[in-house]
Amino acid sequence: MSYAAPHIGWLQIAPLAIVLGTGLVGVLVEAFVPRRARRTTQLVLVFAALVAALLLIVAQWRDTMASGGVSLFGGSYLLDGPALAIQGTLVVLSILAVAVFADRTSVGQDAFAPAAAAVPGSDYEELARRKGLEQTEVYPLAMFGLGGMLLIVAAGDLLTLFVALEALSMPLYVLTGLARRRRLLSQEASLKYLLLGSFASALLLFGAALLYGFSGSLHLGEIAAATGTIAGLEGLLLGGMTLLLIGLFFKVGAVPFHAWTPDVYVGAPTPVTGFMAATTKIAAFGAMVRVVYVVGPSLQWDLEPMLWTVAILTMVVGTVVALVQTDVKRMLAYSSIAHAGFVLVGVLAFSTEGIASVLFYLVVYGLATIGAFAVVTLVRQTRTGAEGTVILGEATHLAQWAGLGRRSPWLAGALSLFLLSFAGIPLTAGFAGKFTVFTAAADGGAVPLVVVGVIASAAAVFFYVRLIVLMYFTPEREEEGEEGVTVVTSSGFTTVVIAVAAIGTVLLGVLPGPLLELLGQAVKFLP
Amino acid sequence: MTNPYVPILILGGVALVLALGGLGASAIIGPKRYNRAKLDAYECGIEPTPHAVGGGRFPIKYYLVAMTFIVFDIEVVFLYQWAVNFSELALFGFVATMLFLVVITVPYLYEWRRGGFEWA
Repeated sequence: MSYAAPHIGWLQIAPLAIVLGTGLVGVLVEAFVPRRARRTTQLVLVFAALVAALLLIVAQWRDTMASGGVSLFGGSYLLDGPALAIQGTLVVLSILAVAVFADRTSVGQDAFAPAAAAVPGSDYEELARRKGLEQTEVYPLAMFGLGGMLLIVAAGDLLTLFVALEALSMPLYVLTGLARRRRLLSQEASLKYLLLGSFASALLLFGAALLYGFSGSLHLGEIAAATGTIAGLEGLLLGGMTLLLIGLFFKVGAVPFHAWTPDVYVGAPTPVTGFMAATTKIAAFGAMVRVVYVVGPSLQWDLEPMLWTVAILTMVVGTVVALVQTDVKRMLAYSSIAHAGFVLVGVLAFSTEGIASVLFYLVVYGLATIGAFAVVTLVRQTRTGAEGTVILGEATHLAQWAGLGRRSPWLAGALSLFLLSFAGIPLTAGFAGKFTVFTAAADGGAVPLVVVGVIASAAAVFFYVRLIVLMYFTPEREEEGEEGVTVVTSSGFTTVVIAVAAIGTVLLGVLPGPLLELLGQAVKFLP
Repeated sequence: MTNPYVPILILGGVALVLALGGLGASAIIGPKRYNRAKLDAYECGIEPTPHAVGGGRFPIKYYLVAMTFIVFDIEVVFLYQWAVNFSELALFGFVATMLFLVVITVPYLYEWRRGGFEWA
């Protein structure tokens, strides 16, 4: 038997190869570059790589949209319209997210533990802090995670899907445990994420095994073809699809597979929370849309009850539980759960408009999420003691945000904008996103879902606006003894990120047309 | 003609009986003499680690060795396939495997430079 080497489309895999290659080079930088130069080297590398990857994605946009995409590595890597569009979104958002990683603020410390291996509260940790050590491994880790995300949205078979899912999850498990402040909480979050994430991966793998048992193939296209030709094995098919989707539901944080989300989002260093809330969710939705639209159509009637239940539960639980949160990060976590529900509504349109609306919504959601968490990194607790005022970790309790609008009008204004976008107020991007998603779903016959979605959005306005009212119309809390709240100055990176996210949110709200049109080209999946 | 899955069912039954039987038999007829070592938490081959009180430092060499071993182990698993099909896979297989080896070497360089192999 002769073996034919697979055709490799170097241009098509270049963005992925650059990102993963940068991760590897980043590890070598950690090994060989002197400590003092590491951070700068990593930053130059990472941003150069991300910009190069973005340019390469833009460069192949026209060809990919015209030809409908290419199938590489024997169908394991399908670079079609949706894959390329989501890869572009992921790279843009990663540039923003990694910039927040790099910010040391006026305190002179980044958000990560100086020596992650030190036992919390130990002498060694204190020594590392005093020596000003930094864990610059976060940049290669982010690159590996992004590599997995770029791969998962183009995964044409279930094995590639699984490998990509692991590749995107593993670095995030580590990143979650690296918070500089409240390290035990951070490590607990990391462990919870690892355990529940492994569980979800196992379910996904089990689903893949059942689908292989059903169709004799791991390729999504061949599984889809088998649904029409193989009779009598519906149990395997439906069981496999359900388990596969549960694995992906877990990653997007859809109810009832959301339990990890609040704890992990709260425990993780806030820049990492922003990164994973935006990009992981987008990547997992990319994979889910592919699975649902390639394999799903012939099973639409069988899968719809489950998908509808999950979508409704996600919107309702996300919104209702967010109403009673008193912690900003936790509130944003539940809000991100609710948003996963809104995206699911778009997925359930089962139409090309549905795909375009999902792609658009993900861009909008990602921008506002990274912006909002970037704002959270700058509002800090202080303690006034004998040796003056010390700036501590983030002030995440809602009460601490009272009166922020008066002290830092720009910061509070930007956060208000992101919150209004989350709420879907007209003239922000969120409105355009919700409008397109709900229109597509209504046209696709999912009217009950749209009704629930609109009601949930209306209820969600309450907790977003509550924070805005708190920032602008509530008098500042009296300084109670030595505890206080202050806003630290960004060292530049975060300011730029917040500005870009804010401008993007306004621009996409006022003029959603061009981007919608662009994403409207990217709606055809390769089988 | 019985159902082809019956043997699997029987195998499952035997496995269950063996597992529960082993536990049950040792619980019933096994000697119950406890000493300190027996009551310790079992941690694969090393002293149970102390809790993180008073600095709580413990050696992590064991984990480094374990991880290093596992990665080499997996590396060999992949090399076997390549060795068996060396001539069929030709140049493509050679380049791919070499790339794989390079990728897998990077973490060792990191471990080496960061003092992971200094056990003094």
